[in-house]
Amino acid sequence: MGQTVFEPWNDPDEKPLIQFKNVTKRFGDFTAIDNQTFDIYEKEFFALLGPSGCGKTTMMRMLAGFEAPTEGTILLGGQDIAPIPPNKRAVNMMFQSYALFPHLSVWDNIAFGLKRDRMSKDAIAARVEEMLTLTRLTQFARRKPHQISGGQRQRVALARSLAKAPKLLLLDEPMGALDAKLRQATQFELMDIQEKTGTTFVIVTHDQEEAMTVASRVAVMDEGRIVQADTPARIYENPSTTYVADFIGDVTIITGRASPAGEGYEVHYAEAAAPIYSAFDIDLAEGETCHLALRPEKVSITAERPADRRNAVQGTIIDIAYLGNLSTYHVEIEGGQMVKAQAANTRRLSRRDFTWEDTVWLSWTDTAAVLLRE
Amino acid sequence: MRRFALIALPYAWLLALFLVPFGIVLKISLSDIALAIPPYTPTLDLSEGWAGFKDFLAALDFENFTFLTTDDLYWKAYLSSLQIAALATFITLIVGYPIAYGMANAPDHWRPTLMMLVILPFWTSFLIRVYSWMGILSTEGYLNQLLLWAGLISEPLVILNTPTAVYIGIVYTYLPFMILPIYSTLERMDGSLLEAAEDLGCSRLTAFWLVTVPLSKNGIVAGCFLVFIPTIGEFVIPSLLGGSRTLMIGKVLWEEFFNNRDWPVASAVAVVLLLILIIPIILFQRNEQKSREAEG
Repeated sequence: MGQTVFEPWNDPDEKPLIQFKNVTKRFGDFTAIDNQTFDIYEKEFFALLGPSGCGKTTMMRMLAGFEAPTEGTILLGGQDIAPIPPNKRAVNMMFQSYALFPHLSVWDNIAFGLKRDRMSKDAIAARVEEMLTLTRLTQFARRKPHQISGGQRQRVALARSLAKAPKLLLLDEPMGALDAKLRQATQFELMDIQEKTGTTFVIVTHDQEEAMTVASRVAVMDEGRIVQADTPARIYENPSTTYVADFIGDVTIITGRASPAGEGYEVHYAEAAAPIYSAFDIDLAEGETCHLALRPEKVSITAERPADRRNAVQGTIIDIAYLGNLSTYHVEIEGGQMVKAQAANTRRLSRRDFTWEDTVWLSWTDTAAVLLRE
Repeated sequence: MRRFALIALPYAWLLALFLVPFGIVLKISLSDIALAIPPYTPTLDLSEGWAGFKDFLAALDFENFTFLTTDDLYWKAYLSSLQIAALATFITLIVGYPIAYGMANAPDHWRPTLMMLVILPFWTSFLIRVYSWMGILSTEGYLNQLLLWAGLISEPLVILNTPTAVYIGIVYTYLPFMILPIYSTLERMDGSLLEAAEDLGCSRLTAFWLVTVPLSKNGIVAGCFLVFIPTIGEFVIPSLLGGSRTLMIGKVLWEEFFNNRDWPVASAVAVVLLLILIIPIILFQRNEQKSREAEG
């Protein structure tokens, strides 16, 4: 037997830690959050993902208590948190700018929240030491924030917000200020710490890779609404709309008319071209407009037409994006439609099989393409 | 060579405008009073050469400084100046901090206007502004008229020619020097720090004490010195608003020079005043340097 899968959102007996109930937030005429209802469960690592201005930060600030919902209620552990001011909530936040107190040492920064709780001196010292060890900052305890590196500052901010052992930790773009390499290392560190402490994390980010790496569930937001909230794998493999498909990873969207055929549908996208077949579970009427979402890594690129595949189209290579390990080919097929295909660079660049202007065959399996209504 | 020229310029400036005048004042303070023009001896006569210079040096002594210690008027005046300056600085801080805080938290488009309002009084003569306070504070002045009219008092208050008037004058005059440095530290403060403090369990008030005040410390210190240092030697405000009862060293100095025409004693008073001021000036410079280092 393997490990039990962590999926509290599928368990009807599980009580959610946070419940948003018809929450709307307006700033003047602008609607930042539009009538949202969703749950976050204990020990989850929940990511709010979206472009800037989609309302993800507003969502987080409402949880922290810096903004109040215009309509609807937010429950934390079954209790309405609207009347509770930020300093009384069992919620802590890690700020995007870290917001470390520049006049206090690392040690005092971490102890700041504990001192407000009137804990005994020994208890505070013990807790701070624990946090310093957890974030590997023990040797920097006496330094001021301006005397340590960006990555260390990020860990101080994390230690400070975790010190009070909050029920819920909010992370606002926690890795926004780190360079790519450090960001990757920090992501794993963050997951590790989340697992060790068992705290529920809600992270706000615009970086889809980051959200996919760390989160148990990802909520993709657009213009004040959560478009889809699901596990990273389902968000990627079963996006609910073209917006989600397009936002997460690379994708080709082909628009056409559906006609039922066998288990799935045939999609007619261009006058002269043969239809594309997709065995995807969806209910479409004859002739209904639909969209095919096709991930580039699921498209094979070959010189000859593969015999065993129903979906095969011929096209010309217009562009090649060389990424080192992979190359993405932009291929123009019938009707001027562009399709992206990705191939691993198993041979050295000078011995690459295809180049610009080559005529190639693109093919994919019956289940590779996702059919979407909108 | 270019580097030398670059530092030579400020040093030449300092030498010409500070050290040379100070040298002259110091020299006068070591001289004796005389009925002559200028009213002191000895004067340096270079035509007699080296011997003349030696005679000149021999005639200088510390008599005037000894004199300052014999008459208790002087040390009382120094002490009372320090006292008035300290209390006035404190009042200015109490009045100035909320103004600076309000400015820093005002909407962005309001700030230039508020800043302008703080600086505006400087566009009128300082003397005229102090005179107009006489019109406001005198027994028949606007303030008393207003209070009588409002029925808050039945007898006019005596404010002019009391220490209270001096404090009002000093606080009014030096308020911008307090507001501006505090404002500049508050304005640069990251607003998320206060949110973080609140998030970690502070009330608004404790967040102010634990975050805002410590972070504006450099501005507070700078503002206090900018008010304290010139206030000690202040002459115009106590002599116009304070009447005969307010004892401040600036006034004593003026009287020595112009009423007694005792230039040597007056110079000695000035030299001692400068020595007293050196301590706060050094502290002020150190604070400035520290805050620059913290930012750098």
